[in-house]
Amino acid sequence: MTPLLELRQVGKVFGGVIALRDVSLTVAAGEVACVLGDNGAGKSTLIKILSGVHRQDTGEYLVDGSPVRLAGPRDALDRGVATVYQDLAMIPLMSVWRNFFLGSEPTRGLGPLRRFDVARARRVAREELRAMGIDLRDVDQPVGTLSGGERQCVAIARAVHFGARVLILDEPTSALGVRQAAMVLRHVVRARDRGLGVVFVTHNPHHAHPVGDRFLLLNRGASLGEYPRTAITREELTSLMAGGAELEQLAHDLANPSET
Amino acid sequence: MTAGTLDERVAAAGAPRRLLIRPELGAVAGAVAVFAFFASQSATFRSAAGMANWLDPAATLGIMAVAIALLMIGGEFDLSAGVLTGTVGLVLVTLATRYGWSVWAAMLAALALALLVGFLNGLAVVRTRLPSFIVTLGTLLMLQGLNLGVTKALTGTVQVGGLRGAEGFEAARSALAGTFTVGGTEFRVAILWWIGVTALATWVLMRTRAGNWIFAVGGDAQAARAAGVPADRTKIALFMTTAVAAWLVGSILALRLTSVQANAGIGQEFVYIVAAVIGGCLLTGGYGSAVGAAIGALIFGMVDKGIVFAGWDADWFTFFLGGMLLLATLANRLVRRYAEEVRR
Repeated sequence: MTPLLELRQVGKVFGGVIALRDVSLTVAAGEVACVLGDNGAGKSTLIKILSGVHRQDTGEYLVDGSPVRLAGPRDALDRGVATVYQDLAMIPLMSVWRNFFLGSEPTRGLGPLRRFDVARARRVAREELRAMGIDLRDVDQPVGTLSGGERQCVAIARAVHFGARVLILDEPTSALGVRQAAMVLRHVVRARDRGLGVVFVTHNPHHAHPVGDRFLLLNRGASLGEYPRTAITREELTSLMAGGAELEQLAHDLANPSET
Repeated sequence: MTAGTLDERVAAAGAPRRLLIRPELGAVAGAVAVFAFFASQSATFRSAAGMANWLDPAATLGIMAVAIALLMIGGEFDLSAGVLTGTVGLVLVTLATRYGWSVWAAMLAALALALLVGFLNGLAVVRTRLPSFIVTLGTLLMLQGLNLGVTKALTGTVQVGGLRGAEGFEAARSALAGTFTVGGTEFRVAILWWIGVTALATWVLMRTRAGNWIFAVGGDAQAARAAGVPADRTKIALFMTTAVAAWLVGSILALRLTSVQANAGIGQEFVYIVAAVIGGCLLTGGYGSAVGAAIGALIFGMVDKGIVFAGWDADWFTFFLGGMLLLATLANRLVRRYAEEVRR
């Protein structure tokens, strides 16, 4: 099966800094690809290339098996590649359904009577959220009253509704508590089960391991390898990340203070 | 926890919260209290004639307050709107009396000028990203100088008058500054304009795409842009809407008084903002209602005339109003906190 999205030996240089070097990644429909790395590993650059904000300097970006050069985020969106950023682009004081359709409001009527189809917007927002397993009691409540996890879930549901085939999630669990993070992970799986490809970018192996089908590890802009789920344990994942070796050294040093 | 079950603490939120987050709630409560108070103090106040009397200042103020409320929900201020009503009146009367234009043609010219001022205000704000408070303060001062300077240069005095003799005056007057009779009491037509403007603004705000965009650009312009909302166009359109309201009110007042002072409208800009804030608009934008602003203007009208009917010294008016403003702002802040408490 042709992957929905594929990067081949992609590199990106900013001025004199190599931000990304020879990184490859494939995402198939119904699959979660996790991108793991510490701060400065190149995760943000990778997201920006995938979402069309930056163009790669070397290598190829393929959507549905054919190479593309994205003109910008709108172009990516039109090809079904949607990015949910950490800061979410939602308006806290506006209701859930108003946020859900912001910028793409359904209308009815013609000419000066053309109006926001409020009944439909409410209904569709509720249905789409329920289809994602998010049962908000009241889509009229302001987004500001939702928890961080619920907000992420609404953003994911919005991206799915507006035709996303590949979801790129930028650190969706990083600011959340344990339970909230679990809720978001559940919806990542749900999106996968609906046949979407998901790129889940995180620095937390404990969040990535339960949901990922494959893992791309980044360190200082280069790939440390791409592993299928069966080939790697959570412990290996943790220790492979940049912090792993340092943490072991720290634990060792603390356990044997005389040696240092 | 099963999938789809939310935090069990959410269950506490219900009908009271939904009612409380209506932005106009505080204004409605305030209006009822003010009415009850003055009605108990003065029989004239609660009579039909008295009602016609205090609805009149509420109407012209209300038209402006509703437009300013839309602008404030969109996250901006317009301090020049008050003086612009004066500019409109001066242009209208000058063209109709000194240059022999018909009243209708003079009104059209004044409308074009008002739209230009609104457009320039909006353009300056979105292009420079300066606070609209400063930009429109500049416009306020410039218009104030122009109003006085041009009027003096043309007439040698600080007022223009004699509109009664102009062509089309009677028709324009009955449409904008006339009266209608209900149960033997004459009411100003401006009251109907006020109700119409409020209804239209509410419809736009709650039931059109533009309304969604207004809330969004005021709530978080950056996020709105990211979602594909034409934020700059929305803001410029809001400034132009305010200018159209200033044109309407300036024309109503000019036709009613048939003469306009060169300093007309100065100081009114804050009254509009006060009415909008009493009506539930947040100073930070993104929240408020047109109906609330209209009720804020109603409170204003009731207090303005009620103090006189109750036989008090009218000098106390602004003191009373300042107190109302502080109370309303505090109430709004509490409501907003309650509404957008983030549960983690």
